Amino acid sequence: MAVSKLVLAATSTKSCKVLLGLRVLAFSATLSAAIVMGLNKETKTFVVGNVGNTPVKATFTAKFQHTPAFVFFVVANAMVSFHNMLMIAVHLFGVKMEFTSFRLLSVAILDMLNVTLISAAANAAAFISEVGKNGNKHARWDKICDRFATYCDHGAGALIAAFAGVVLMLTISAISISRLAHPNKCSSSTAATPSVVP
Amino acid sequence: MVKLTKRIGALVLRLAAFGAALAALIVMVTSRERASFFAVSLEAKYTDMAAFKYFVIANAVVSVYSFLVLFLPKESLLWKFVVVLDLVMTMLLTSSLSAALAVAQVGKKGNANAGWLPICGQVPKFCDQVTGALIAGFVALVLYVLLLLYSLHSVVDPFLLQKS
Repeated sequence: MAVSKLVLAATSTKSCKVLLGLRVLAFSATLSAAIVMGLNKETKTFVVGNVGNTPVKATFTAKFQHTPAFVFFVVANAMVSFHNMLMIAVHLFGVKMEFTSFRLLSVAILDMLNVTLISAAANAAAFISEVGKNGNKHARWDKICDRFATYCDHGAGALIAAFAGVVLMLTISAISISRLAHPNKCSSSTAATPSVVP
Repeated sequence: MVKLTKRIGALVLRLAAFGAALAALIVMVTSRERASFFAVSLEAKYTDMAAFKYFVIANAVVSVYSFLVLFLPKESLLWKFVVVLDLVMTMLLTSSLSAALAVAQVGKKGNANAGWLPICGQVPKFCDQVTGALIAGFVALVLYVLLLLYSLHSVVDPFLLQKS
């Protein structure tokens, strides 16, 4: 069965390296999403009217703090990247720590919680950006991407990184759950023996 | 005896989650209001916003999945899949609820910096029904997180609380 093959694959040391690589990728993806959206700001001057012959200019700024969904996006991505950094540290430097079932269980549960957190943040920002890009005729909300093109482009880049983080976190969570069923210590000194699949 | 009560508890949880997701779906679909001002009549439906359409679809998928899992026999090998699928359904629920909340918040408070006016003043009944649907969706999400923890426990049962 495919499930038991996946479980067997999760018990070998090669999968430990795969898990570490996936965590590094997820850490970099979510951190870059948080940073790009956190530094997202654009200031532009528009002509809003004419007084006689002289044009009247006003300066408008588009910042990520104006939209609560983007604030949630930045905070959630920062939290998930912090979680991944913590897991990488435990993976690399935790060989002296006690290897109990509580450790594996807490890693699995924390991974599941972070998967839901990052998916919620990425989706909220995606739908708000869709309204900003296309506007909404029924609610009479104008699109803003034609005036603040750079702001929208940076936001799109951050969104892509966050969705990559969602896919990576889902894979990491699946591997962590399968490691629960067949516990195996990921240390470089001892070679792991795969346990028999019941 | 303990196992039987745990299993009945899990069934009750799943039935409640199915009911909550179904309620969120129905309340959102039937939310509709017609308002007219200055000889312009506008009708607010859930299909106006993409986020509300996604909310309806996600809750429909979760309702159908919960209904099917209710009838899964106890000794089936598919319970290992149920763990992963429960995680996917929880992800669907959080993402749809979060997206619908983000858009509904703009509809209620507006966004002064983008020039978006709030619409809840003109269609208050629509706003109230959408709020009700979002609350039902949140209840379904909490129940699904509990169900996810239970499925995890039932798959790796003898392993918990042991020191290896």
